[in-house]
Amino acid sequence: MSLAIAPQRRAFDSAPTPLAEARGVPARFIGVTRRFGQTPVLDGLDLDIPAGQFLAVVGESGCGKSTLLRQLAGLDAPSEGAVAIGGAEPVTRMMFQEPRLLPWRRVLANVEVGLPARVNKAEGRERALSALKAVGLADRAGEWPSVLSGGQKQRVALARALVSRPQLLLLDEPLGALDALTRIDMQRLIERIWLEQGFTAVLVTHDVAEASALADRIVLVDSGKVALDLPAPLPRPRRRGSPESAAIEARILDQLFGA
Amino acid sequence: MQQQTLDAAQAAAFATDAARRPGASATPDAPVAARPPQTQSAPRRMAGIERRLAGWILPLLLILAWEALSRAGVIHGNVLPAPSAIALAGWQAARSGDLFQNMAVSAARALAGLIVGGAIGFVFGIANGVSELSHRYTDTTLQMIRNVPHLALIPLVILWFGIDEEAKLFLVALGVFFPIYINTLHGVRTVDPHLIEMGRAYGMTPVTLFVRVILPGALPSIFVGLRFALGVMWLTLIVAETIAAQSGLGHMAMQGREFLQVDVVMLAILIYALLGKLADVLTRLLEGVCLSWHPNFQPARS
Repeated sequence: MSLAIAPQRRAFDSAPTPLAEARGVPARFIGVTRRFGQTPVLDGLDLDIPAGQFLAVVGESGCGKSTLLRQLAGLDAPSEGAVAIGGAEPVTRMMFQEPRLLPWRRVLANVEVGLPARVNKAEGRERALSALKAVGLADRAGEWPSVLSGGQKQRVALARALVSRPQLLLLDEPLGALDALTRIDMQRLIERIWLEQGFTAVLVTHDVAEASALADRIVLVDSGKVALDLPAPLPRPRRRGSPESAAIEARILDQLFGA
Repeated sequence: MQQQTLDAAQAAAFATDAARRPGASATPDAPVAARPPQTQSAPRRMAGIERRLAGWILPLLLILAWEALSRAGVIHGNVLPAPSAIALAGWQAARSGDLFQNMAVSAARALAGLIVGGAIGFVFGIANGVSELSHRYTDTTLQMIRNVPHLALIPLVILWFGIDEEAKLFLVALGVFFPIYINTLHGVRTVDPHLIEMGRAYGMTPVTLFVRVILPGALPSIFVGLRFALGVMWLTLIVAETIAAQSGLGHMAMQGREFLQVDVVMLAILIYALLGKLADVLTRLLEGVCLSWHPNFQPARS
């Protein structure tokens, strides 16, 4: 689980009331090792994520990038070291590779799953509706998830993650199962919402082009360590296939395949 | 499991469901084809009636053939009375009030046993599905008891309870316990672990997780258990009433045998068939309400 971070980090804290506009919190890995049996999946990993940054974590399958995200989500604890997230009570939300909607709840009720427990019913409904509106699915609020397309389901999952106004949004290859066009659409949507809300975002992906389309900074994880830490200070909103992003992609691929 | 074909009641529910949301699929990015225009509703309604009645055509033809053969003297009345004779026996039993008295007694026994046994099975199924500790300590015992045919306990039950109500209640409860237990346990254990992980990541408390994720996820399987349990319920009750009872449908059939009233015996058997069908229809209606989210229970799309 996450530890409270040292007092001097409180400067990054979010707004004083929980209902004020959400802002990002910083997060930090301090010498994190996670073993499954004898094999370390994360091996003394150090990583500092400033508040509001859009960080992409790329790597080959099995390199430990999903484990890294699960540490941030509190779904898994390090064997050694510590994971710290800033803020008094940071709201962390996760989007998975699958939409993971509750099939027995209608779309709106699925979004309401993401609400904090203390929100009353009427306000919760309103917030859920506006989150659905933000992902462009307000007109499908009364449907069962089973009638939605894959991209629509993932948009509902995004609304569910956003409805609690998270300060840290974790994205575990959320677009991996979508077709190419829907994927570009979703990338634009995520970028726009991130620009509006300013939360810290950590995107795990195996798609280097996706990382360079979205992230401020790209980290390559290999054998449980950070193998490459690359800033990607490109202007937003980004155009796909620009020479700058192509150059970044090339550097990452070179590192990966040692060309 | 749980792949029943759609029957008439569900088909009707679908029709109203589709009508309630007109144009729901009109958005350009909707993944479903547009529904047929409204002008087709008359043939559709005919098709609905056809679907509703189709299952009854074969029984009806059988009864007609049976009646004809009886009247022609091919089937002897001492072996198998004509349907009309059975209907007459039913009418007489109904007029004297015996029939309804017996049906009410049997139904009350069946329901009481189902509620007692079903509740115990449900609680154990949930407990053993959620708690590894509970499973470790009780499942072996339950599985051993399960493999004793509960009808083999009839002599023992008569020794314990005589032929009073307790005997029937005990046997029916024991019979329905296992299908409900096994299927509830299976349902809880097979809830999508991804959804449970999502619930945890979204800060659900164990109680919320159970109410929102585990129980609804187990429900389709629990319904399968319920339908099995209904079959076991009738079977147990009939055997128990036939062997040891002073009222109820089984008792009515046994009396018919003693007085060589084959028509009364047949009447009891036919009523069993009808009550079994009724229980099944009620379960399906309940399923349609509780599982309306399930793709199997949603309107078929052309």
